[in-house]
Amino acid sequence: MISLWRDMNRRGQVTVALAFVLLLFAPVAATRYVLSVLTLILYFVYVGQAWNLMMGYAGQLSLGHALYVGLGGYVSAALWVHFGIGPWLGVFPAVGIAAAFGAAIGWLGFRFGIEGVYFALLTIAFAEFTRIGFDHIGFVGGAGGLFIPYEQSRLGEWWNLRGSQLFFYYLAFCLAVLAVLLTALLARSRLGYQWLAIREDETAARALGIDVFWAKMKAVLISSSMTAIGGVFYAFYYNSLFPAQLFDMSRSIELILGPIVGGLGTVFGPVVGAFILTPVGELLISLTEKAGINAPGAKAIFFGLILMTIIYLVPTGVWPWLSQRLGFTRRRS
Amino acid sequence: MLSIWLNVVVQGILTGLLYGLMALGLSAIFGVVRLVNFAHGEFAVVAMYAAFVLFRAWGVDPLVAMLPIALVFFVVGFALQRTLINSFVGRPDHEQFILLVGLAIVLVNAVLIVFGPDAQPANLPYAFDSYMIGPLLIDKVRVYAAVAALAVCAALFGFFRFTRTGTAIRACADNLVGAAVIGLDVRRLYAITFGIGLACVGAAGSLMVTIADAVPSLGPAYTLLAFTIVIIGGLGSMAGALVAGLLIGVSEALAGFLIAPSMKSMFSFALLIAVLVLRPQGLLGKKPA
Repeated sequence: MISLWRDMNRRGQVTVALAFVLLLFAPVAATRYVLSVLTLILYFVYVGQAWNLMMGYAGQLSLGHALYVGLGGYVSAALWVHFGIGPWLGVFPAVGIAAAFGAAIGWLGFRFGIEGVYFALLTIAFAEFTRIGFDHIGFVGGAGGLFIPYEQSRLGEWWNLRGSQLFFYYLAFCLAVLAVLLTALLARSRLGYQWLAIREDETAARALGIDVFWAKMKAVLISSSMTAIGGVFYAFYYNSLFPAQLFDMSRSIELILGPIVGGLGTVFGPVVGAFILTPVGELLISLTEKAGINAPGAKAIFFGLILMTIIYLVPTGVWPWLSQRLGFTRRRS
Repeated sequence: MLSIWLNVVVQGILTGLLYGLMALGLSAIFGVVRLVNFAHGEFAVVAMYAAFVLFRAWGVDPLVAMLPIALVFFVVGFALQRTLINSFVGRPDHEQFILLVGLAIVLVNAVLIVFGPDAQPANLPYAFDSYMIGPLLIDKVRVYAAVAALAVCAALFGFFRFTRTGTAIRACADNLVGAAVIGLDVRRLYAITFGIGLACVGAAGSLMVTIADAVPSLGPAYTLLAFTIVIIGGLGSMAGALVAGLLIGVSEALAGFLIAPSMKSMFSFALLIAVLVLRPQGLLGKKPA
């Protein structure tokens, strides 16, 4: 973490510190709408960072991270709705179950040498399988959805995640900051370097005596656990859960766009990516509304075009390009 | 009782042939160009709407419309590979993935804007005709579509087996460096392969409109379906794609009949997981060297 700070020059340090302070005091000036957009951005920073650990550092392409969001959300919400168990307690079984699924996928994939696109497909298959399964589980509402009831009397119970927009903003802020710090910490840890070795050349990593299987398993376990906490946040922020929304593949895609656009395998990539894509999405909504284009797909078309443009022009992501352009990183000699 | 089962299986086989044809296109692109075409199902949906429009506006039967649509798709695929996609060949999976997901989003939403989100049935005049063969009652449309799909597959097998270009494309898939060394124009062959892949999906989409309603949301579902079939059948194995297509068609039909139609794709994914774990190279795939 400290070395991450030291690697940046004064200009980089000032920029990061300024961004932190701005976000810390953003609610003072922000309207309710802006605050909700910022909350969404920070949520994507958090889950994007979780995915970045697995793909950007350990090099394992998962296209089914919506599975962990969904499991985390559903487990914590079901415990709250059916048994009155609050999310601070419910987060533990939520994380446990998501991690168990992650372990199962990881074990199947890594044990049997399933790599690259094949591994990605395995993760999609698990997510889709679970989505259809949840459509048929009556206990959590099936396809009709699970709803966390709105109770006036509980409105202030922030310990049960029954808070205002402001509360959820700071919760997302904490999650995002913690995720960035954790990534910075892991990136410079022994495990982080093992991940990089595996990402670059698995055979060579094995030859060096790295336990490749366990290093990859740790990546899946950490990533799925973190993502499940994001799912708990999602469930109590939006209060309504549908299998078709939570587990859908488009959700997995949405979650990974930020880190890829921002820059995989970098600490600030997912942050930059989320701060580009979410506002662009919001902007497109309001622009198409203003232009009087009443077509539900217009925004998505622009979004698709923007994605293609970004990956065509800066395939390694915006952050590495940007930090070099603005001279944030100290050149290593 | 047995006859019902038989009917379900036959129906699954006929649908499976269409799935197989669609997956064949993906298998060619995936196996030769080594590119993950995540817009495959979206192209199928575009073809479905093209066939739908041709039928509704001018009464062109989808079985006939299949040919011009496949031709147009070939040209589009050739041009796409030449301009946009070629620079992404050999790049990391996730970069290709983003490019094609972007393309998929554009395609499916363009269809959504033009035709709206509702299902559009083609309403062929012979949609409800059927053949009686002993205890079997088979939809006429399914038979036509399946026969057409088989014909396209046979033409494709012939092309890859007997023509010079087809052989050259297989050489690229087997040994890229060797192919380049003996002077094959790899870029052109890749463009042709991508064109053929899209022509397959164009033909499959046109035929699909005879047995299913056209809906934009089918796009991602078909992409997943095609990938599932290709992986189950074995990467680079064209026969494998057909066999796996039949397998998925039958398993979907049986699951829909025995359990619930909404759970049918769950079985496809379970099958996929099982194949990935037990036989990662696919049913008919070669063992990696």
